[in-house]
Amino acid sequence: MKRAKVNRVLNKIPLHAITILILIIWIVPTLGLLITSFRPVSSINTSGWWTFLSAPEGDTPRFTLDNYIDSLVGYRGNHTYREDCAAGTQALDLHCNLSDLLNPRGMGRAFLNSLLVTLPAVVLPILFAAFAGYAFAWLDFKGRYLLFAILVGLQVVPLQMTLVPILRIYAKLGLNGTFLGVWLFHTGFGMPYAIYLMRNFLGSLPKDLFESAYLDGASHWTAFRKLAIPLAMPAIASLTIFQFLWVWNDLLVALVFLGGTKPVMTYQISNMVTSLGAGWQLLTAAAFLSMLLPMIIFFALQRFFVRGMLAGAVKG
Amino acid sequence: MAKPRVSAVMKQGKLTPWLYLLPALIVMSFFIVYPMINTVALSFQNKDSTASAATTCRDTGPCWGIFENYRYALTAELDTTSLQSTWQSFWTSSYGNTLKWIAFMVSGTVILGLLIAVLVDRVKYEPLAKAIIFMPMAISFVGAGVIWKFMYSFGTGQVQIGLLNAIITGLGFDPVPFLSTVGLNTFMLIVVGVWMWTGFCMTVLSSALKSVPGELLEAARIDGASEIQVFFRIMLPIISPTVVVVITTMVINVLKLFDIVYVMTGGNFNTQVIANRMYTEMYKNFQTGRGTAIAVILILAIVPFIFMNIKRFMAQEAMR
Repeated sequence: MKRAKVNRVLNKIPLHAITILILIIWIVPTLGLLITSFRPVSSINTSGWWTFLSAPEGDTPRFTLDNYIDSLVGYRGNHTYREDCAAGTQALDLHCNLSDLLNPRGMGRAFLNSLLVTLPAVVLPILFAAFAGYAFAWLDFKGRYLLFAILVGLQVVPLQMTLVPILRIYAKLGLNGTFLGVWLFHTGFGMPYAIYLMRNFLGSLPKDLFESAYLDGASHWTAFRKLAIPLAMPAIASLTIFQFLWVWNDLLVALVFLGGTKPVMTYQISNMVTSLGAGWQLLTAAAFLSMLLPMIIFFALQRFFVRGMLAGAVKG
Repeated sequence: MAKPRVSAVMKQGKLTPWLYLLPALIVMSFFIVYPMINTVALSFQNKDSTASAATTCRDTGPCWGIFENYRYALTAELDTTSLQSTWQSFWTSSYGNTLKWIAFMVSGTVILGLLIAVLVDRVKYEPLAKAIIFMPMAISFVGAGVIWKFMYSFGTGQVQIGLLNAIITGLGFDPVPFLSTVGLNTFMLIVVGVWMWTGFCMTVLSSALKSVPGELLEAARIDGASEIQVFFRIMLPIISPTVVVVITTMVINVLKLFDIVYVMTGGNFNTQVIANRMYTEMYKNFQTGRGTAIAVILILAIVPFIFMNIKRFMAQEAMR
C-alpha cells in the first residue's frame, strides 16, 4: 500500500517538473520588469535584475520609487526628479508640486487620458449591443438571419481597412485628436462581437419567461429593461472586461486618431521605446504602470473574462 | 433560424425591431461597412487620392495601370534580378515574414496551449497555473514589447542586463543582438506573440478537454492504453473541432498583428509584416494609395475565414 503511494508520487515528478518549468519561463519576463522598475538607475545599467539580492555598491539603495515618480511626471534628465527639484534645477515646465502629475509628457496624464478614452468606449458599445442583441434574440423581423450572418462576418474585418476613410471624415468634422472620435470608432468596432455575445446569451434564456411576461401585458420595452438586462448581467460583465482590455491596450487607434495631442499610456510608452529618449528605469516603470489596472481587473474578474472568451473570441 | 423562434404572443409592430437595431446599425455602417468600400476605391488612386493610380507609373519599369498600387504592394520588396534572388527576398519581405508568423506562432500557441492544458489538468494548482499562463493576455502588446526588449537586451560591453544574453555569455558564448540579426529576429518576435497568446489557446482547449467524457478515458486506460495513446487516439479526435476553431482564430489574429513589430523593431532589419507595412506606407510615407492597397490584400487574405466563420455559425444555428 505504502509502496504504491510512493510510486504514484514518483510517477508524478516529471509532470510537476515540466509544469513548473513552463510556469517559471512564463513568469520570469514579467518578474524581471517588475524588479527592474524598482531598482535605482545606476544598478539597472551595471548589473542584471536577477542580482538584486546581492548588496549594491556604496550607498546606492537596493530599491527606489524614483523610477515611478520620474515616469509619472514625465521627467527625463541625468538625475532624478526629486534630486533636481531639491536642487531647483528642474525643467521649466515642472513645478515640483502635485500639478506635475498632469505634465503632458508624463504617465500620470497618460493614465488619465487612457481612462477618459476607455470608460465611454466601453459603455457605449455595450449599451447599443444590448438593444441590438435583444432584437436579434426576441424580436421578429425580415432579414434577421441574413443580417446576423453578415454581422458574424464583420467580426474579423481588420481595423486597418477602415483607418484612412474615417480619418478623412474626421478631418472634415474636426474630430481628429478628440476623445469623441476615438469613442465612436471603438464603439463601431466593438459592435459585431458585442452583439454576437449579447444575442447568444439573451437567446439562451428560457422562452417561457418572456412569453409569460407578454401574456401579463408587458411591452417589449418593459421586458427589455426589467427582464433581459438584469438577466444578461454575466454577459455584460464579460463584455465589459473584454472591451476594457481591448481599448485600454490598444495602440493603433490611439496612434492614428489621438497621437500626441492627447497621449494615452500605450502611445506614451511606444514613443519612449522608439525614440530611445528614455532609459530602462523609465520604460520599465511606465510599462508596469500601464499594466497595473488590466492586471487588477484580470485577477479580480478572471471568471468573466474566460467566459467571454469561450463564447467565441474573434475580435479586432 | 429555419423555425420561427419568436412565438405569436410576442409579435410586435414592423417598426419596433428596427428601433432596437438602429444605433448599432448606424455606427457599424459608418465605421466598418462604408470605410471598407471606400478603402477599396482609394487603393486605385494615387498617394493623395487626386488621380488614378495609373498616373503614378514611371516611364521606365513595369506598370500595372490602374493596379499600380497593387504592383507596388506585391513586388516592391522583391529583388527580381534572378529567380533565386526573388525567392530569397520573398522570405524577408512582409509577405514571407507574415507566413513565418502564421506558421510558427499558430503552431506554437496551439501546441503549447494543448500541452499546458493537458499538464495542468493533472495538478492541484491548476487555477494558479492557468492564471500565470493567461496573464499576458491582459497586458498590452506595447507592455509585452517592453518586457521582451529587456529580455533580449544586448550589451556591447562586459555586462549583460538582458537575461537571455546573460545566460548565453554565462555559458561561454558571445552575446547575440537578437533583434537586429536578420533571420533570427522575426523568430524572437514570434516568441513574444506565443508568450502572449498561448493563454488563449490553453483556455479554450482546456475547456474542450474537460468535456471529454471521463468514462471513455477510463475504459481506454483499463484496456491498457498508454497516456500518449489516450491523448492522440481519444482526446484529440474528440476536441478536433475546437482545435480547428482555435487555429482559424489565431490565423486571423496573426494576420492583423501590428503592435509587436511596431514597438520592438519598427519593421526594420527585415522584420516587416503586412499589417505594419500598411501603417508605414500610410502614416510614415503618406502613400494613401499604396497603404490602402496593402489593406485590401490583407482583407483578401482574411475573406476565406469570414466565410468559415459564417458557415460555422450556420451549422451551430441548425443545431440549436
